[in-house]
Amino acid sequence: MNHTYSYFPGCSLSGSAMEYDLSTRAVMERLGITLTEINDWNCCGATAVEAVSSLLGSALGARNLALAERMDPSSDILVPCSACYLNLKKVEMERREDPELAKNLDTILGEENLAINNPPGVRHLLDILVNDITPDTLLENTTRPLTGLKIAPYYGCQCLRPYAVFDDPEAPTSMEGLIKACGAEVIGWEMAARCCGASNMSTKPETAKKLVQKILMDARGADAIVTVCPMCQLNLEGFQKGISRDAGTDLAISVLYLPQLMGLALGLDPSEVKLDKNLALTPALKEKLISILSLKVNCV
Amino acid sequence: MDEMIKLKEMLNPCIQCGTCTASCPNEVDMDLVPRKLWRMVLMDRNEAIFDSQTFTLCSSCYLCTLRCPRGLPLTAAMAKLKAIAAKSDLAKYRKSTRFYKSFMESVRRHGRVREGEFMALYFLSMKNPLLPLSFVSLGMQMMRKNKVAFELPAKPGTGNLDRLFKKVAEIEEGL
Repeated sequence: MNHTYSYFPGCSLSGSAMEYDLSTRAVMERLGITLTEINDWNCCGATAVEAVSSLLGSALGARNLALAERMDPSSDILVPCSACYLNLKKVEMERREDPELAKNLDTILGEENLAINNPPGVRHLLDILVNDITPDTLLENTTRPLTGLKIAPYYGCQCLRPYAVFDDPEAPTSMEGLIKACGAEVIGWEMAARCCGASNMSTKPETAKKLVQKILMDARGADAIVTVCPMCQLNLEGFQKGISRDAGTDLAISVLYLPQLMGLALGLDPSEVKLDKNLALTPALKEKLISILSLKVNCV
Repeated sequence: MDEMIKLKEMLNPCIQCGTCTASCPNEVDMDLVPRKLWRMVLMDRNEAIFDSQTFTLCSSCYLCTLRCPRGLPLTAAMAKLKAIAAKSDLAKYRKSTRFYKSFMESVRRHGRVREGEFMALYFLSMKNPLLPLSFVSLGMQMMRKNKVAFELPAKPGTGNLDRLFKKVAEIEEGL
């Protein structure tokens, strides 16, 4: 493979979602893909910024597009976090349709001698995995098929909506080919594209927990849920004890980032995809991985 | 409020079909369902709107925006109401608005959000000694994994976005 992307990790991937960052980098390296981190990138504003100022949200996104264009105008921007992806995508789309916004952004960026002319495309990690790298390439490179592992693919919202770029925004399937190429099995379920509650988990926890409970209930029977967003990951993995208590049934389930699963199939060790950083990794999954991957017990 | 006039224009094509309500994952906890909220906007019932918790419950899943038969940007409309509540610092919305403001304050200071600092700023702004307790369980899990550290708020450093934030405010005030 001979692809280069400008990489926008975003803030979560430098902290609470570090395993998403490291496993993405490790998988790309294994597949021969070069990621160049955008120099001096800034926070996209997540879902907080639109609740404060929509122009500020556009400005934060625009600054990143301008930096990426200055660094490498011909490489797409790869974004693993769905909130970052949507915020950058939004500026990409809205400045084309709204000349007044474009003018304001030019003024704001001008303060730092930055400009947007023909910015590189904003792409979600999942889009690139499916359409550029493709499940076929993944299959060719799979050295340790994860045979017998049952996976519930969880897409969440913001990589699918409101912009339907690479998948059906209500009934997504893009992860299925990738998971099968890893040798694992995809379970059918209803909650793949339903909301996890996002930041309501902090500001309106009782409401958000109801949503996560429905997702965890529906995922029963799978060995793991696989995610492509740090916010989804945190909500699904971080509150399982309390939610199980509320539900009156044990809803503990492993939650992995997609590139962590892919990394294992590509022959990377659990430590290289940072499985030790996940908040929810059940003893049952650990046992399964040890036998599937013929690992030593202390590796997982 | 100028912003409410703009919002009213934006929502003017609403036909009150209720697809938004039917699509909303958080509708069960809303005192005014989304369809009714839009009606209140169109009827200038600002008091009813800012008496309701509805817009603070929006988790930006974009299902209503995707499905609206009139193609209205309903998630953005919810965000606009959040932004108005944040600007007015209305007491009943502070648990949400100060959360968002604290996040953005950390971004202004360093260009990137520092998760530990953001939460510390939030707790300080709410002045509620019990609030941090509700985050202890997650905080402990994260610290055990060396993912976040307890961080005292730090002054703006290199990489701060003061100029960008200032310019945005200037443009917004000029509108």
